[in-house]
Amino acid sequence: MSDQPVARLADAAGAVAGNGILDRRLLLRQGLVFGAMAWLPPGAAAGQAGSPRVPGSSRPPWMREPGREFSPYGVPARFEQETARFPAPNRVQRNNGASWTPLHLLEGTITPNGLHFERHHNGVPDIDPGGHELLIHGLVNRALAFSVPDLLRYPLESRTCFIECGGNSNAGWNRIPSRSQAGFFHGLVSNSEWTGVPLGVLLHEAGVKPGAKWVVAEGADAFAMHVSIPLAKLQDDALLALYQNGERLRPENGYPMRLVLPGWEGVVNVKWMRRLELTDQPVMARNETARYTDLMPDGTARMFSFVMEVKSLITSPSSGMVLKGGPGLYQVTGLAWSGRGRIRRVEISADNGRTWADAELQEPVLPKAFARFRIPWRWSGAPAVLKSRATDETGNVQPERRELIAQRGRHGFYHYNGIVNWSVDENGVLGHVYDEVAAQQTGTPDIDADWD
Amino acid sequence: MMKLRRSRPALLILTLIGTSAIAGEAPEGPDLGQAAGARMIADWDTDIMPDGAGLPEGRGTARDGAALYRTHCISCHGEGGLGDSGDQLAGARMSLTGEWPEKTIGTFWPWATTLFDFIRRAKPPQSPGSLSNDEVYALTAYLLSLNGIVGADEEMNAEMLPRVKMPNRDGFIDAWAREKAATRR
Ligand code: HEC
Repeated sequence: MSDQPVARLADAAGAVAGNGILDRRLLLRQGLVFGAMAWLPPGAAAGQAGSPRVPGSSRPPWMREPGREFSPYGVPARFEQETARFPAPNRVQRNNGASWTPLHLLEGTITPNGLHFERHHNGVPDIDPGGHELLIHGLVNRALAFSVPDLLRYPLESRTCFIECGGNSNAGWNRIPSRSQAGFFHGLVSNSEWTGVPLGVLLHEAGVKPGAKWVVAEGADAFAMHVSIPLAKLQDDALLALYQNGERLRPENGYPMRLVLPGWEGVVNVKWMRRLELTDQPVMARNETARYTDLMPDGTARMFSFVMEVKSLITSPSSGMVLKGGPGLYQVTGLAWSGRGRIRRVEISADNGRTWADAELQEPVLPKAFARFRIPWRWSGAPAVLKSRATDETGNVQPERRELIAQRGRHGFYHYNGIVNWSVDENGVLGHVYDEVAAQQTGTPDIDADWD
Repeated sequence: MMKLRRSRPALLILTLIGTSAIAGEAPEGPDLGQAAGARMIADWDTDIMPDGAGLPEGRGTARDGAALYRTHCISCHGEGGLGDSGDQLAGARMSLTGEWPEKTIGTFWPWATTLFDFIRRAKPPQSPGSLSNDEVYALTAYLLSLNGIVGADEEMNAEMLPRVKMPNRDGFIDAWAREKAATRR
């Protein structure tokens, strides 16, 4: 296929990996213009509002009439209505289910509060903070109850970290590749700056008795959600969060207070916190036995598998998009995160994993938080398969899907962190493929066609 | 405890303002919690531990539970607990190593006490907390009997329920314990 770059980039300059992956340092160059992405099928009249000129006037309409007045609480532009969560409720019990963060429509690393993913088991409680308390009891010297106003008077700390549902990306275990957009497949993860009281301070005030090893945490929702958490985690980096990205928690994220356990699966980040009981053993709650445990091929299941392992995802271009400008220069960008610490590197491949190059990581790269990566790519017009592969500071590398399945089987349900393949066809249409199809499409050797 | 040390300057200021600061043994935080009495704790704490600690008085059999199941549960969990809009609770045909493993109370749940705890705290979804202890025992007995674990007339109560040995009791691996052992090495 002939190479007709629309990009204003010197021909062949900066190639660092196969099939057009370019040097990330080119991102710093002035005048780099990327091709645009569009949705397939094209969404609501995008682009129509481009140049609404009135003959004889250089002023667009919004410069010819006064703008609206102030608003007590701002909302997104009316042209951005499609940047929304994707709710998937239970068919009958409509307040049970999840809603996904539209990761493919967002940039940077912070998830706007109204777009943080949700997982509720019996709806969002309408908690009056005046009638809410946190009780700490069990193996402590003195059982204590804290009111919300009192907790707000404590010295607060902030942690920017991701929270990821243990069941995020679980369509990856399926035999047929999901056709959902990136966020509606991998978006049970969000990243916020959480501010609150370090749990260690409150536990210290209650006085931890010898023998205490676990803490049973319970929420004040209609599910009375409860789970067991190792005491050591609460004394390490856990927060009783009161604020989310600067404002008080949203009801769907635990108002007036929730646990934030950086790097650990969502279910233990208990929302609407009301009770912490120190015990010498786990309570064996339904949500740490029957659910949120990972069934292995030999029929045993892993329980208390708290840490969310290293993972990454190209958010743009991604499944359902089309490379609108035809062959040429595009920005490949996405997110990487690890429950074990900082992301050290993210590598990108455009030739189905044959060659890789390092993407640029947006600073600062924080521990247990989203890292934003970017790299320029010159699409030749031929079919391609884009992959991202993250490595964290402990040296853990995100596995290929077949490696993950070889280890865990196909029925673990939780903790899916396999490498994601986005295919690009000759029309620039992005899709989601597994390795064997990716190999056929790109003519790259299939490592093990029989694994699935 | 590193976190405490890092935030001490701020804590000290607050302590000086809020309460009297005592050197050395002074509480590290502002200490604004109120003493919680035994009554509050007893009222709030509904946890049932795997050894049965926390189980209340009361009793019920599967025979009693069948009718309750029809009234409160069958609309979502289906006839015989085979599942509908709500989870499948019984009647698994595929083992945990099968092509499509069916994780039910009978094939998967390690502790019978969990069932009592869960039904009492969360069921039925439209009115959680509305079932009496007898009713929860009866529904627990019914779901256990649907899974062939107890008989239709076996009474479930605080003494008997913890003695029920679930078929998959030993089916779990503690990943956290393994993780700690690995980091210690
Ligand atoms: C309105 C529908 C609905 C009704 C009525 C209902 N349930 Fe449920 N039940 C669900 C849903 C949905 C889940 C999955 C909950 C989740 O994971 O968030 C569930 C989960 C369960 C589970 C856990 C299953 C597992 O393997 O983890 C049990 C046990 C259960 N229900 C028992 C009952 C009992 C007993 C009743 C009657 C007292 C009842 N349910 C009534 C919808 C319902």
